[in-house]
Amino acid sequence: MILQVARTALLALRRDRGALVLSFVLPLAFFSIFATIFGKQNDTTPKVKIILVDEDRSEASRDLVNGLKSETSLVVMTAPAAKSKTAPPPADYTAATAEAAVKAGDAPVALIIPRGFGQHPVAFGRDADESPIQLLNDQSDAIAPQIVLGLLQKAAMTSMPAVMAQESMNYTSKYLGGFTPEQRTKVDEELEALRERTANGTAATRPDMDNVGIIRVKARAVVGEDKKSPMISFYAAAIGVMFLLFTASGSAGALLDEAESGTLDRVLSTRVTMTKLLAGKLVFNTLLAFIQLVAMFLWGWAVFKLDFLNHLPGFVVMGLCTAFAVAAFGMLLASACHTRAQLGALSTLLILIMSSVGGSMFPRFLMPESMQRAGLLTINAWAIDGFTKVFWRDLPVKELWPQVTVLLAVGVGLFAIARRVARRWEIA
Amino acid sequence: MTTETQLRETAMPLKVERLVKHFGETVALDDVSLTVRAGECVGLLGPNGAGKSTLIRSIVGRVIPESGRVAVFGRAAGSMEARLALGWVPQELAIYPRISCKENLGSFGRYYGLSGHKLAEAVAWCLHWAALEDRQGELARNLSGGMKRRLNMAAGVLHRPRVVLFDEPTVGVDPQSRNRIFEMIEALKGAGTALIYTTHYMEEAERLCDRIAIVDHGRIIAEGTKDALIASTFGTRSQVLARFAGPADAIAQWAGGNRGRVTDSTVEFTIEQATEIARLLEDARQAGLELVDVSLRRPNLESVFLHLTGRELRD
Repeated sequence: MILQVARTALLALRRDRGALVLSFVLPLAFFSIFATIFGKQNDTTPKVKIILVDEDRSEASRDLVNGLKSETSLVVMTAPAAKSKTAPPPADYTAATAEAAVKAGDAPVALIIPRGFGQHPVAFGRDADESPIQLLNDQSDAIAPQIVLGLLQKAAMTSMPAVMAQESMNYTSKYLGGFTPEQRTKVDEELEALRERTANGTAATRPDMDNVGIIRVKARAVVGEDKKSPMISFYAAAIGVMFLLFTASGSAGALLDEAESGTLDRVLSTRVTMTKLLAGKLVFNTLLAFIQLVAMFLWGWAVFKLDFLNHLPGFVVMGLCTAFAVAAFGMLLASACHTRAQLGALSTLLILIMSSVGGSMFPRFLMPESMQRAGLLTINAWAIDGFTKVFWRDLPVKELWPQVTVLLAVGVGLFAIARRVARRWEIA
Repeated sequence: MTTETQLRETAMPLKVERLVKHFGETVALDDVSLTVRAGECVGLLGPNGAGKSTLIRSIVGRVIPESGRVAVFGRAAGSMEARLALGWVPQELAIYPRISCKENLGSFGRYYGLSGHKLAEAVAWCLHWAALEDRQGELARNLSGGMKRRLNMAAGVLHRPRVVLFDEPTVGVDPQSRNRIFEMIEALKGAGTALIYTTHYMEEAERLCDRIAIVDHGRIIAEGTKDALIASTFGTRSQVLARFAGPADAIAQWAGGNRGRVTDSTVEFTIEQATEIARLLEDARQAGLELVDVSLRRPNLESVFLHLTGRELRD
């Protein structure tokens, strides 16, 4: 009898395509996505993009720049990308434009090699504090600065042997070529200072310095340094968009209920046309999604100190565009499916894949370059990028034009396709 | 309603001319013509799949026929004027289950272009007409089967259409609700509304319909008043139903020899004179059949229906 019950369940499962998709296709799709992101397949480990500004132009700084450029884990940019192939090459980054670029999200890290670096490139002694390399970073990417710091020290060790030898001789001559009374005093002072710093626990970790190697680096966060809860806005947008997609699909599924119950037929026999009907549902689903976003960000503001109220214009623009795009996405799914079960299976499959690739589950900067590009095919990525611009980078509303354009175009396109697909309900 | 003035008042409320519609290889409508006058109720009877619903859906413009024409007060089916002049009560409970009765009616009223006090008046009239005033705030899904049916009807007549199409409006309701539904329909008819009423219940057609059209295989195979249909089908003959015990093939063989039709072990004859019964029964006895019971009756609408469409199962 137990086998008979199991057999009946198997028969039912065989005829339930939605359940079959959820049982077998979705896990495989997810496994593949995660394996691609974290499995380092085909040497697709994410590369860190850095902006490099060499203000020193010394032999030491050139060696260091070349050493960093030869690092395969880094994508070193010394100038912005040309706007077109025929346009003249843009000028090299300066300290100011590099900082602006980090703020704009063009790269998570910028390294500024200051003037005077070449005189004391290696960090021995007190005077090494004079011209440290500046590292400007975006706090939203906690990993990139650490990678850059490590590779910087590596590059220094491997790319500046002559400089290091010269510096060692200088230091030897300076400190060990026979101690005059003055030298003795200086060594004593250095030792005393080192003792003090060791006693204070700051010898290796002065608050403004990343003294992790022979190159002195002064790190400064130029984006997110004043954020109370750095990642809250990211997760509010990331999680919000994913659930918006689910809600929009579920809500649009009312269309299928109405078709099944005959209500759709009845409504279409009144003054209401299919275009008006779909447009009405699109308006409703857009507002529903927007209110959902408002609730999520208000919760973030009330509970997690998200700076919501100071970003209202950007939030409204991004919220409405995102809500419009996800509502149109839901309308298309509902129009394309024939039953609620189909809709449930297809929407779960698509939304989870879009959310994983598009950055709703983990930040896209953790992904390989190809995966990051693939993410741009999703609503999630554009929405999250837009909200990040608003809440993280504090950019003005006009800077949202790429995200707004894409989301509105996606919404219009998906709705147009949904309208076309919905012709099957119009007349027999 | 502004478009009412655009209707041709002198035209027939509903005129269906030579409709033809196929779904793949299936003939759904085969040269169907029908008219309905003001204040008249025409019943559509037919087995499942006969084409009744396709005909109704063609009238409301939800099915486009390959040929033929539907005119509502002279306006083509699907035109805005025709849409507003028509009311449609589909067989399915085509209402919104998660909103209240009053909200349902308000929604459908707006879809028909009503607003303001006209909408409020229409909703109030409908709640009264459907005897749902006490339950107007109840969610539709929480109503009883009969109330849902009445709400379904109310949503179709809210805009005071002059032609109303009822597609099996009494499916699954108790006798009390059915009686109330009859009264609602009779009230519409009394107000001069032209009605089409499809049903599988013969007694409903007999009670409500002035004329009856029997549909089968996409064609109207008979049309007229109940008495006219009976007369044209049976003339002055009566029906004899005789049930026998014995082998089925023997019963079938004997029935075939006497122009009778067999269903299970019952043989149906039509006779002109009651005295013919004795001869038939004697003939059966001589054929070795054992009579279980016999009845004589005047043909009714069901007799006509079964006679014309047969007793074989259709689905």
